[in-house]
Amino acid sequence: MAYSDQVIDHYENPRNVGRMDDKDGNVGTGMVGAPACGDVMRLQIKVSDEGIIEDAKFKTYGCGSAIASSSLITEWVKGMSLDEAAELKNTAIAEELALPPVKIHCSVLAEDAIKAAIDDYKSKQD
Amino acid sequence: MDISKNFFEFFGLPVSFQIDQTLLSERYRELQKQLHPDRHAHLSDREQRLSVQYTAHLNEGMATLKSPLRRAQYLLLIEGIDTTGESSVKIDPMFLMQQMELRERLEDARDAADPFAELESLGEEVQSELAGLRRQFDQCYLSKALEEAAAVVRKMQFLEKLLLEIENLEDQLED
Repeated sequence: MAYSDQVIDHYENPRNVGRMDDKDGNVGTGMVGAPACGDVMRLQIKVSDEGIIEDAKFKTYGCGSAIASSSLITEWVKGMSLDEAAELKNTAIAEELALPPVKIHCSVLAEDAIKAAIDDYKSKQD
Repeated sequence: MDISKNFFEFFGLPVSFQIDQTLLSERYRELQKQLHPDRHAHLSDREQRLSVQYTAHLNEGMATLKSPLRRAQYLLLIEGIDTTGESSVKIDPMFLMQQMELRERLEDARDAADPFAELESLGEEVQSELAGLRRQFDQCYLSKALEEAAAVVRKMQFLEKLLLEIENLEDQLED
């Protein structure tokens, strides 16, 4: 199966790879995994006091589509409010990357990861 | 032979995670003998087609029962839980954190002073984790804690995948 140019671009030049200090109160960490393919994804956001996502980092062990999906979503969420980021849908990622049906679950994983990161951040504010 | 039977029954083995591998191989050879195509040259087209179907069922059954992961998944399937095609399920974050670290070590092994020693120790660690998970699965399955058993199977899948990647890197480094 051939990857789209968009997937190859993100795969070869992934944006925002890295990690943040998950003990930092302004950082939310989302860990998700897909057992069927053994993919593991960590997505982190740094949120300003005004509730805006200032920075995002990810690390993904998985196929090209999973790496591209997480790379793309870290680009998108920067500058968004938490509510905006929580509304991001996997279908938008799949469309942007032209993912074939068998790889749609990779975009679902990225959506789950950002939601998990937001939940983690919110749980730290209580 | 009855291909509507589940693989355990087809091989005449108890429906259980613990399996006698020697007996499994013996049964496989016995069934194979009964099915050998040369013995069926005199059969009608329909009977030969059936024989091909039986052979496919037999080989699929052998592959399923032989592998601990596939055997566990199959036991859950018999109970109506399909863990084979799942992509989006909640996994314990602590477990995922550990998976992340193991994969980071695999990544670093490539540049280690002695990558083979590094890969070997990583492989041993994963094997021992897997052995623990298999025991855990057996206990959950026996006590009919099926959802817990399914959670264990999901963990096994991540570790089996990692083992495969360790082997792949070993092959790569050998070339």
